[in-house]
Amino acid sequence: MKLKYFSAPYLVWMVVFILVPLLMIAYFAFTTDGGGLTIKHISDVGQYANIFVRSIWLSLVATAICLVVAYPVAFILSRMEKHKQGTMLLIVMLPMWMNFLLRTYAWMTLLGNNGIINHLFGLVGLGPYKLINTSGAVVLGMVYNYLPFMILPLYSVMEKIDKSLFEAAADLGCNSTATLLRVIIPLSVPGITSGITMVFVPAISTFIISRMLGGGSNLLIGDLIEMQFLGNSYNPHLGAAISLVLMVIILVIMTVMNQFDPEDQVLM
Amino acid sequence: MRRNRKKFRMLPLFAAALIWAAPLTGCSSDTEDTEEEEEESQAQTLTVEDKDYYTRFKDQGISINVYNWGEYISTGADEGTLDVNGEFEKLTGIKVNYTNYATNEELYAKLKGGGAAYDVIIPSDYMISKMIKEGLIQPLDTENIPNRKYIMDNFRNQAYDPEDAYSVPYTWGTVGIIYDTTMIDIPPEDIDWDLLWNEDYADQILMFDNPRDAFAIAELMLGYSLNTEDPEELEQAAFKLRQQKHIVQGYVMDEVFDKMGAGDALIAPYYAGDALTILDDNEDLDFVVPASGTNLFVDAMCIPTSARQKEAAEMYINFMCEPDIAYANIDYICYSTPHSAAYEMLDEEVRESHVSYPDSDFIAEKTTVFVNLSDEANAKMQKLWTEMKSAEDENSNRWLMPTFLIICVAIIVFVLIRRHIKNKKDIF
Repeated sequence: MKLKYFSAPYLVWMVVFILVPLLMIAYFAFTTDGGGLTIKHISDVGQYANIFVRSIWLSLVATAICLVVAYPVAFILSRMEKHKQGTMLLIVMLPMWMNFLLRTYAWMTLLGNNGIINHLFGLVGLGPYKLINTSGAVVLGMVYNYLPFMILPLYSVMEKIDKSLFEAAADLGCNSTATLLRVIIPLSVPGITSGITMVFVPAISTFIISRMLGGGSNLLIGDLIEMQFLGNSYNPHLGAAISLVLMVIILVIMTVMNQFDPEDQVLM
Repeated sequence: MRRNRKKFRMLPLFAAALIWAAPLTGCSSDTEDTEEEEEESQAQTLTVEDKDYYTRFKDQGISINVYNWGEYISTGADEGTLDVNGEFEKLTGIKVNYTNYATNEELYAKLKGGGAAYDVIIPSDYMISKMIKEGLIQPLDTENIPNRKYIMDNFRNQAYDPEDAYSVPYTWGTVGIIYDTTMIDIPPEDIDWDLLWNEDYADQILMFDNPRDAFAIAELMLGYSLNTEDPEELEQAAFKLRQQKHIVQGYVMDEVFDKMGAGDALIAPYYAGDALTILDDNEDLDFVVPASGTNLFVDAMCIPTSARQKEAAEMYINFMCEPDIAYANIDYICYSTPHSAAYEMLDEEVRESHVSYPDSDFIAEKTTVFVNLSDEANAKMQKLWTEMKSAEDENSNRWLMPTFLIICVAIIVFVLIRRHIKNKKDIF
């Protein structure tokens, strides 16, 4: 029972820095400057529906690409010899040692009209193509920055799948496709769900990626929220309302996600 | 992020410092001696008019909190530059706690929040009028700031502070167009704001990523006031910006430095002080302030209502207006100065520069300073801006929403079917 007391520091932390701010966001979203109750700000969020749709869409695309790219990588990683796995994991993690902003900044130079990629195209007589300031560039930025968050949970789940299970499946007449569909994928569902969570949630609320790679014309929810606080019209109420709606959307999507998890262990 | 504060063009200054320091190091081998001499000669260059005025609070242990833009004062970090705050402390015995902010909005949020007490702040024009309206800054006691007499007539009684009661101008500048002279074959005097709408340069044009500056350009072209609050005119301006959107490569602020420097874009509107930095990086570029008119911005020193040491703060403002100090600052930050004596001390080359110092008739007649807009007008502008930026080409909008809905429905159906199967299994 004594162990309970050790959680006190985190409990205090949680109340002060997570619970109270959340309540404050809710308070701001439902009140006016004078302190009166209102749902005006929440209904005002409706006019930005297309930005919400775009954010959800782009982050879904980015999450899907991450999943498709990360799944085979994680599988191959998990089947490697143990001592090699460490090195390969290090390589996966390596980009994350560098500052997030710097990495995104580098893509600006790579994708620019006179950037390295267009320069290479130019050498073989192609282009220049419009690469930067498109929604494709925003998705690329998201995939690049959040890919490790997909690989790591997938890897840690797959690593625990016993090799003998594949042999058993083969014994029972499964070809490789059937093994993948009936053994590997069902067993890695917890990894898939937590990977999707870890990519989707930061991707949907990012603002600096769309600012830098989207050229300011691919507004995402994150940009919209930032504009309410540091833009021309200082409107913390609307900003709080947008964040609240965003939180609810994420919550709904996560609940749906967790239906896939057979044991309902992850997150909820 | 509204304006990038960087020190630039330090080289001439640095060279001058070396030349100045050379005879000192030359005539004395003893380093301690040199330091002393240096100190002495610096004290000599710093002549204040009324020494008694500054020593009033000596030995009282007073300190003031100064809140300024980043890189917006001469710090003495580089050899030969004056440590303005250090000099002030030495002269008056008042300790200066110096901190920085990055945007006017950040400053506003801090003051509005009421958590911190600052004695001197340096907001921009429109923010000053907003703060006056909301009572966040207090009138200055002009008798305590005699050096205000140096401020040029052009910068007195500006629209944001008509009585000159609340602020003392610190720096100013104009907005103009940076363009690539190798690709754009138009004589500079013919360049006007419509260059930013020129279809020939589609996808080579950058635009301000903040509504106030972007709307200002559209309003200039439409012949409206830069401070218009008329919803009709704002909508016209937004429509103008929407027409431009398909040829704009990107909406950027400080990214302008990289994009123009690297030749990724050909045309961009930006602030004169920063434009000089970009011009230094890329020889092909030039900067023009369109003759049809432009926005003039002023950053001015103010004292918040919550200030604890008002008289000491006024002393600091007065000190910043000492000719030597004003010169040291302007030489370091390279914006334009409203201080007549400091202006006279500048190199002729800088004084003649049409970028930093357009002639005063132009300033008086063709430039407008921003004042704060009403809350409604600000909200309207913000809304139009967001709409303009988030508007998409029609064909992409057509499939975006339905696809999203189909995916949502598909997920829900899948979940339901799965549940159903699972429940059936459980029965057996």
